Amino acid sequence: MTTLPLSFPHTNKRIFVTLGIAILAWLVAYNIIQPLADWISYSLLGLAPDSRLGTSLAFFLYDVPKILLLLSGMVFAISIVRTFFSPERTRALLGGKREGVGNVFAAMLGIVTPFCSCSAVPLFIGFVESGVPLGVTFSFLIAAPTINEVAVILLFGLFGWKVAALYIASGLVVAIFAGYVIGRFKMERYVEDFVWKIQHTGDVIEEKLTWTDRIERAWESVKEIVSKVWPYVVVGIAIGAAIHGYVPEDTLGSVLGRENWWSVPLAVLIGIPLYSNAAGIVPILGALIEKGASVGTSLAFMMSVIGLSLPEAVILKRVLKMPLLFTYFAVVAVAIMLIGYMFNLIL
Amino acid sequence: MEKKMLTIKILGSGCANCKRVEQIVRKVVEDMSFEAEIIKVTEYPDIMAYNIMSTPGLVINEKLVSSGRIPSSAEVTTFVVDALQAEGSS
Repeated sequence: MTTLPLSFPHTNKRIFVTLGIAILAWLVAYNIIQPLADWISYSLLGLAPDSRLGTSLAFFLYDVPKILLLLSGMVFAISIVRTFFSPERTRALLGGKREGVGNVFAAMLGIVTPFCSCSAVPLFIGFVESGVPLGVTFSFLIAAPTINEVAVILLFGLFGWKVAALYIASGLVVAIFAGYVIGRFKMERYVEDFVWKIQHTGDVIEEKLTWTDRIERAWESVKEIVSKVWPYVVVGIAIGAAIHGYVPEDTLGSVLGRENWWSVPLAVLIGIPLYSNAAGIVPILGALIEKGASVGTSLAFMMSVIGLSLPEAVILKRVLKMPLLFTYFAVVAVAIMLIGYMFNLIL
Repeated sequence: MEKKMLTIKILGSGCANCKRVEQIVRKVVEDMSFEAEIIKVTEYPDIMAYNIMSTPGLVINEKLVSSGRIPSSAEVTTFVVDALQAEGSS
């Protein structure tokens, strides 16, 4: 029996039909949330369309489902793409690269390779002991959590594609620059000794995935991510809406405005111990900018909250000795500050 | 009839996903009622001996069957059946 390239076995057809129906339902839902939010706020609850409470509520009732729908749809798409990448494959791609080019590759692969901060240590060990330079490894480890799908989708949903693209570009620059600088410091001796002594047994798993597998796994990650971040989205948007409606204009201008040279380092320092999901921080960010905080300072704050976190430092402490861990945080913090200053200067 | 015994190792430093894998494995072992020794491997040098780059990892009779994700109980069942067959034929 011959099979055409595009014909799928019978059992697989069902999942594609289900997928088609899901896409259709998504499109319908996406198009009715605006009228629905307006109807609930202005007709059902009878709030005046020009009242503060009315607009805030309509805004909230529209933004929350919009962001959750965008998250589900785009996490699904991104997860499908990610089934074509794996840390093992990324390591193989980075193996033969020199520093410089390697840093650029590592930062870009950091975006598409599936990554969870709980796997930072196995990933780190897997990279360095197979010969990926230390600085290149760091470029990956900086880009992967900083440019994560939730942050990018929220920026896109709330501020548009230009801001999302700007964020991705800034994240790449920070990851490439910081990784390169760390590589220049030649700090290999500050990696814990056991890392260099690990002996492997057995092979890497090479999985052959079918489209059914890819769709099922993408659906699993949608469930996992959305169930984890939805409370942050709701609370973040609620706080954002409250700031939007009730805090006077330009309250923050004097502290977080661009005239204050110390606002950028301050934002980065405050951001390090704050460990929030991107889903909670992005909606608040928009409201802060509206009230006078400058874009560069806000961006630096967001990157610091997401990219530099104490829990991650604790995890990495298992493989990095103090001087290297400290250097890593300091170099990334400086890179984020430079990005912040740059945006304050040009915008 | 000879007794078949599997050694199942769960690789991971104790994160939520690793615990989830352990639950699934215990459930499958219970449902299929075969004998298995379930070992949690939490130290990085021991985890990394299996050449994985993302946790949680699942090892059955020293063979790595899954890494970097939570396998479904159907998948774990397949892994176990395969391992039992390999055991039986050797």
